[in-house]
Amino acid sequence: MYRLYGEMRAMKMLKTILKQLSNKPVTTTFPAEPARYFDATRGHIVFDPSKCTSCTICVKRCPSQAITVDRVAKLWTIDRFRCVICNQCVELCSFDAVSLGTAYSASVTADERGTETFEITYVRPKKPKKEHGNEE
Amino acid sequence: MTGRRTVIPFGPQHPVLPEPIHLDLVVEDEFVVEAIPSIGYVHRGLESLVDRREYADFVYLAERICGICSFTHSSTFCQGVEGLMDIEIPARANYLRTMWGEYSRLHSHLLWLGLFADSLGFESLFYNAWKIRESILNEFEATTGGRVIQGACKVGGVCRDVSNEFLSGMDKRLDDIETEMQEMTKVFLSDYTLKKRLVGKGILKPDDAYNLGAVGPVARGSGLAMDVRTSGYLAYGDIGVKPVTTSGCDGYARCEVRCKELFQSADLIHKIIVAMPDGDIATTVKGNPDGEYFSRSEQPRGEVVHYLRGNGTKYLAQLRVRTPTLTNLPSLVVMLAGAELADVPQLVLTIDPCIGCMER
Ligand code: SF4
Ligand code: SF4
Repeated sequence: MYRLYGEMRAMKMLKTILKQLSNKPVTTTFPAEPARYFDATRGHIVFDPSKCTSCTICVKRCPSQAITVDRVAKLWTIDRFRCVICNQCVELCSFDAVSLGTAYSASVTADERGTETFEITYVRPKKPKKEHGNEE
Repeated sequence: MTGRRTVIPFGPQHPVLPEPIHLDLVVEDEFVVEAIPSIGYVHRGLESLVDRREYADFVYLAERICGICSFTHSSTFCQGVEGLMDIEIPARANYLRTMWGEYSRLHSHLLWLGLFADSLGFESLFYNAWKIRESILNEFEATTGGRVIQGACKVGGVCRDVSNEFLSGMDKRLDDIETEMQEMTKVFLSDYTLKKRLVGKGILKPDDAYNLGAVGPVARGSGLAMDVRTSGYLAYGDIGVKPVTTSGCDGYARCEVRCKELFQSADLIHKIIVAMPDGDIATTVKGNPDGEYFSRSEQPRGEVVHYLRGNGTKYLAQLRVRTPTLTNLPSLVVMLAGAELADVPQLVLTIDPCIGCMER
């Protein structure tokens, strides 16, 4: 009786082992293999310096205070270590200057602090048709 | 025969504890006479940030109260603000929130089952549970963009829509997940070793559970049919939920409740996907919250309460969160009294402690 039970269990185990052997691994060997992303993946924040009007809405509303804007020097800085990729800045920017990229940002050393600075190249149109983004 | 009493410290760092909690175990021979918990190792003061972040931005912070029931925290917070401002969110947003909430439950229970198997040294079962959980996380990532922190809720609705084609795909994939879960839970519920370590251990009588305010699977494992989902918030009123209960009152019963809830959640998701209404996913929100509101939800670990007080500005005056682990802690103390010292680690795990969430 016990032997039969033991054999049954062994068969079951063998089935599981064979299944595991034939199955593809669930994990990928990143970075040797590229990571899998979905279209919706919130990977990192992409900034377009030609569209940013330095309105600083993103600075004020970022929950983790990851963005700083220097209006005089025309610099837009993001601290990738602070950014939690919550999508808030993307939703709030009325000029489409920030968007989401699907790939995760590369790792950096502690010295670099993960900050990335962009020079804002946006030029105000010469004769604006009173098209101020009503951001208030 | 009674021996001398000794106090053995358990935690805050212990192989079975993913998060820090400390217990002073008063031990006589090999038996625990009394367990005295102390908490406060991972307090972050998240609630106090509420007066420095606009209520709309605080959703992302509320979500970070917990790394596992993150979605439920954000939806409970949003529900609270919407209650304060008398906002009715679109039906589709309601259903999507419910669906993601149930996926959260699946992912949380699978995580717990895995950790639990690991605590007993059953490594392959742990891998298996987490492998299944991976498919749930993939669904999260494909629909909300985040695996663990979804960021899909906002005041007035949800941030992301899911196309109906994708929903039917999810429905089909869930069938496969269910088959895998069926195989896995069979091991949890019938394995000799697991039963040996769980049946009759950590008894929590129904009266004790009730008097000590146990919630979630801890209460349901003691036969109390307590489930906030029966109050019909979100889309639960339309879908209908019947609490899963068992009457074993021991560690095995609590494990059984969680195993059965996996299939209950899968059932609910199937129903939600079928009944998913079309339409908008968010309404525009104007004005600021004022007044007081208690927002309740059923998290994978039990009932969570967000108390919100607004003062007519865009900053809330107060937020107070009561998480299920805190309410289950007195029950844990009762469970541990009389237990064998060697059983303490997995008994602590049977309440599914989430310390980060409890201390915020
Ligand atoms: S919200 Fe947009 S336009 Fe305004 S500062 Fe940020 S990125 Fe620039
Ligand atoms: S994604 Fe969120 S955290 Fe990151 S910069 Fe934008 S608002 Fe800040």
